[in-house]
Amino acid sequence: MSDDHVYMTLAEGHEDDTRWAYGTGFEDPLHGVDAAVPDGVDAGELAALCVTLADDALVSAQRLAEWTTRAPELEEEVALANIGLDLLGQARLLYSRAGQVDGTGRDEDAYAYFRDAGEFRNVRLAELPNGDFAFSIVRLLVFAAWRLAHFERLTAHRDPVLAAIAAKGVKELAYHRQYAAEWAVRLGDGTDESRRRTRRALEQVAPYLGELFTAYDVRDEVVAVLRRVTEAAGLPMPVYRPLPGSGRTGEHTGHLAPLLAELQGVARAHPEATW
Amino acid sequence: MVTTALDARRARRIAEQVPDPELPMLTLADLGVLREVSLEPDGTVVASLTPTYSGCPAMAEMRAGVAARLQAAGYPRVEIRTVLDPPWTSDWITPDGRRKLAEHGIAPPGAAPARAAGPVPLVLSPTRRSVPCPRCGHPDTEETSRFGATSCKALWRCLACHEPFEYVKEI
Repeated sequence: MSDDHVYMTLAEGHEDDTRWAYGTGFEDPLHGVDAAVPDGVDAGELAALCVTLADDALVSAQRLAEWTTRAPELEEEVALANIGLDLLGQARLLYSRAGQVDGTGRDEDAYAYFRDAGEFRNVRLAELPNGDFAFSIVRLLVFAAWRLAHFERLTAHRDPVLAAIAAKGVKELAYHRQYAAEWAVRLGDGTDESRRRTRRALEQVAPYLGELFTAYDVRDEVVAVLRRVTEAAGLPMPVYRPLPGSGRTGEHTGHLAPLLAELQGVARAHPEATW
Repeated sequence: MVTTALDARRARRIAEQVPDPELPMLTLADLGVLREVSLEPDGTVVASLTPTYSGCPAMAEMRAGVAARLQAAGYPRVEIRTVLDPPWTSDWITPDGRRKLAEHGIAPPGAAPARAAGPVPLVLSPTRRSVPCPRCGHPDTEETSRFGATSCKALWRCLACHEPFEYVKEI
């Protein structure tokens, strides 16, 4: 037993060395957290809410990870990957909470790797391809502003586990929104080319805004953030033209299935592997 | 098995000495992620850990590290609990932890922003924060990226000695 090498300490728990390549059987991120659902909280509704919030985060994390080795500068690559990692952590906690309360006892992997596109409940904004850097920044700005507003309200949720996950997430999302807002201003107020691309990105996200404002009354707050940023960047506000349908009811664009194929491929090819 | 207050203190001291996997110059106690250690009447040590960030990939290693150290020290039954509330804040890094960070060239965090209830305000004007260079002590430094090699750190550079350095973010 050598805890000078903590990664080796982890591996000692596994008899089968060949599984090391897949990871080491990560524990439930809610390990040891009191799983009780308070009286008066509908477990089914709570689970469904946790899954939608987790799906938004997982799909966004996957898109952000796609920037790795492709970002304009190393610093931005590190930033986008870090933001994705925060969201992935939020997704893991939320899937684990869903599995505790929906009566199925599913673990995080069951939700992330073994559901098909039609079962995902993420908003379509999250699954759109990365496009150029301007689109990714504008999408991140909208997503982070919306999620931050939503999480800030969820800190008062009657489920203490969801409220705690939200309180943790608020701190992270404030950094994400700040990063995207500063870049959006820099791009909008930058060269003719960066301005043109950022303006186009705002037009491209506009049809997906309507889907964000259904569940909670966060619209005014998000619109106020977008107004601040577009004013500082000298850009027009996106025109609000909601598309029919919603990812919240499983109606997705054609972009989600290929994203999931890449995300889930290894887990489905090796369903017995320990992660 | 009879447990004593002395045993409980010893168990706590052992858990406190476990190094952080990502910042090994710090112990889990220095970092403020080890929240509580108690000894149950049946001899089980219960250690509570809180993650720094939701996506902190080191949580599993931290749990394994605490359990391994305690077991090696003669506590066969160890239970690790995750605590999410209240969320970790960089304010919990101890004065000792801050000193060790600085000694290893990592600038320690300032005070975490106080957060009022209600919407989180967006500040677009650049925030001026004075972070002295942990190598040469010069105050003339600048942020190169708010995100670094681990979730909890930003990248900075010193304009006097030109060395890049890491900075533990306030959260």
